[in-house]
Amino acid sequence: MSVGAPRGLASSGQKLITEILHPLSAAEEPLSPGHDVTISAEKDKQEPGLTNGTPLEISSPASASVLISRLQLDCELEADAHDPFGSGEPRDLFVTVDDPKKHVSTMETYITYRVSTKTTRIEFDLPEYSVRRRYQDFDWLRIKLEDSQPTHLVPPLPEKFVMKGVVDRFSEEFVDTRMKALDKFLKRVADHPVLSFNPHLNAFLTAKDLNKRQGLALLTKVGESVKNVAGGYKLRARPAEFCAMGEYLDTFSQKLGTIDRISQRILREQSEYLTELREYGAVYSAWAASEEQLQRPLEGVAGCVTTSCGALEDLSDNMSQDFLPVLREYVLYIESMKNVLRKRDQVQAEYEGRLEAAVLRKQEDRTPIPVEVEKCQDKVECFNADLKADWERWQRNKRQDFKQLLTGMADKNINYYEKSQAAWESLITLLQEKQTEDKTSDTN
Amino acid sequence: MAEDVKEESVASNDESDQAASDGSLSNTMLTEGSCLLRRMEICVAEAEKRSGKNAVSMQETYTVYLVETRPIDAIAEGHNPPPDSLWRRYSEFELLRNYLIVTYPYIVVPPLPEKRAEFVWHKLSADNMDPDFVERRRIGLENFLLRVASHPVLSNNEMLYHFLTKEHGWKEMVYETGFQTKADSRLRALSATFRVRSPHKRLVEMKHYSDGLQSHTSQLLRARTRVADRLYAVYKVHGNYGRVFSEWSAIEKEMGDGLQSAGHHMDAYAASVDDILEEEEHYADQLKEYLSYAEALRAVCRKHELSQFELEMASQDLISKKQQLRTFSLKGMTNKLFGQEAPEQREAKLNLLEELIAEGEETVKEKTAECDEHAEKAWADIVRFKDQKDKDLQEALINYALMQISMCKKGIQVWNNAKECFLKM
Repeated sequence: MSVGAPRGLASSGQKLITEILHPLSAAEEPLSPGHDVTISAEKDKQEPGLTNGTPLEISSPASASVLISRLQLDCELEADAHDPFGSGEPRDLFVTVDDPKKHVSTMETYITYRVSTKTTRIEFDLPEYSVRRRYQDFDWLRIKLEDSQPTHLVPPLPEKFVMKGVVDRFSEEFVDTRMKALDKFLKRVADHPVLSFNPHLNAFLTAKDLNKRQGLALLTKVGESVKNVAGGYKLRARPAEFCAMGEYLDTFSQKLGTIDRISQRILREQSEYLTELREYGAVYSAWAASEEQLQRPLEGVAGCVTTSCGALEDLSDNMSQDFLPVLREYVLYIESMKNVLRKRDQVQAEYEGRLEAAVLRKQEDRTPIPVEVEKCQDKVECFNADLKADWERWQRNKRQDFKQLLTGMADKNINYYEKSQAAWESLITLLQEKQTEDKTSDTN
Repeated sequence: MAEDVKEESVASNDESDQAASDGSLSNTMLTEGSCLLRRMEICVAEAEKRSGKNAVSMQETYTVYLVETRPIDAIAEGHNPPPDSLWRRYSEFELLRNYLIVTYPYIVVPPLPEKRAEFVWHKLSADNMDPDFVERRRIGLENFLLRVASHPVLSNNEMLYHFLTKEHGWKEMVYETGFQTKADSRLRALSATFRVRSPHKRLVEMKHYSDGLQSHTSQLLRARTRVADRLYAVYKVHGNYGRVFSEWSAIEKEMGDGLQSAGHHMDAYAASVDDILEEEEHYADQLKEYLSYAEALRAVCRKHELSQFELEMASQDLISKKQQLRTFSLKGMTNKLFGQEAPEQREAKLNLLEELIAEGEETVKEKTAECDEHAEKAWADIVRFKDQKDKDLQEALINYALMQISMCKKGIQVWNNAKECFLKM
């Protein structure tokens, strides 16, 4: 369901309703930062709800949104010259997750993280907030978001369950990795033009005590939960673009899995290499002890090998703590996206089913097409539009994320070689100095 | 390092060039050109496969090496005569070396390259016929000849000269010297365990040092092999990135080109390890040379121990004979009292004993001189060897460091290339 409808639709009377673009239409153009997103008299822009401070309703079958969608004659995305909802917009909501702390109580031990918010949005009473949340709270938020925004892609959370005994839930590395993933999750939600206005997010960021009781019941307050769609409707014809999305996700997920396996293999090989390298360095040290002239050179080589070992360890740690988790998170993201696609399919299937039934009845006894069927059609169209918009945004973010991830991997490898090279080069200087020293003492 | 010396002997006959591999040799070397290498340019130019029947009439394939020599004064004068050359098998080099070892027991004789490929990391061939192995052996054999021909003592040896100049009949000549029998008896003696009463302190220290050198170099070679194996694996697995990036790029629009190119760089990265490890084999060869040198050093110390032992035996024998003489005289007195032996017989025995004592004293004198001479000469050569070893190994370590730097630079370049591709994604 679209949430882009401002309450005061009448106030946008400057524009003809037919000229109002669907709120979530995204552009293919590159983003321009600092783009003016206020409602203006210009023809081609419409930014409902973002900066005029109008609080938004969520996921109610607001007639306004239905109206917009109905009047929008084709649901195709208009390639707009400017992207109203890309990351070029000025950000007015900043969130950070940091400062992990361990809490020990008689019942349990757990970690909380500080969630800091800075914002200029009117939906928030204060410009700054700082609260402590634990993983459970993030999980709650995610479920609430999924339930209340079923047509949107909610970013994934890091894995919930870890095998006790295999992974130390309180180790610095684990906590750090998890914290980074939670931070990413929250940032993605905060960046989303629709999800970031969800009142559950507001509560999560501001409330001293999260009242989660209502969230634990899985039914949404709207009852529009797509999960309640009766199964049994079979999808006739999935539009080609959604087929393509599905195929892309399948292949992409596969490739990420392969990259994960390769990376793990590299880590294993590096670890074995490291073990042998350490022993190798130790042999040089042992030999140095029994030499006179050669002692310094041999110790020098041992030192360089040790430095290389340290640098290699850093590289491997980085791969396992920063690279692999992000990769795995994307696999989860892909799964979320696939779920949304499935939901869309269900919505479409329901509509088609009801439509077919209604058409038959109409043919039989001239009953007009019921409103429910029309509502279903609207649902389908809105879902498709939301999904397409989210897909574009997801693709853009994916490109950025992977560019960053792979560049980071390259940087860390470069770093490793640079450290090693520096050590060997200083050894050369030392040894060559020694060589000239020896030559002069020979001729003396 | 052998190639350096070869290059230097081709380029010039400058004394300072000798310093590279011979260390202090240039200081102790006589300027009259007593060292063969100063008169003659030597190299092992080529290797070829041959087939023939061996001693038991079985068909075998073996490799021969072309030994080329040119007189240096001819070059200096501006002529450019073609080199004299002959073909030698590895076994002939071995024969030469064994001959030198027996003939100069107090000299640390330069070693030959290994007979069979050892300390092999798994991708490297352990086959004696493998062209890379043959090439490294060619270099090793040349190195051996250059070291021998620049040694202040060894270079004057006649059999060495004939080895370099007389293709046929050289083997027979060597056998005719009868060194083999001396070799056999010495070998037997050396392998027996014996204890020396008053060992030569410095030489014993050297023996312990040679044991250490041997164990450290072999440990290092083994550890290096294991490291090489692991390094190979790390690099090669990165090649898989190449494949998956290529597959992934097929489903991407804007990211496709960047991914594809990055994949190529990953392939290049994986391939680069072959050259890196091939180069490192030269370092391994230098270590192997000193592993063998350690053995040669130990042999010199042991041979002195043997001389010492033989001296002590001879001294012991002399003492016991003198003891006998004294007892004899005493016995003579009692015999006089109790009259058991005929005076003529006693006279004969006495004379014999005195002769033996005189011989014994000669033997002891000879052996003492021999022992002292051996110790002196051995110590001189050991000092020369130590200097050479320090300079050679230091240079080897420098070269190893340079190899590591080169490897790092290559790695940085490849990852920078990949990074550029990622940035274009």
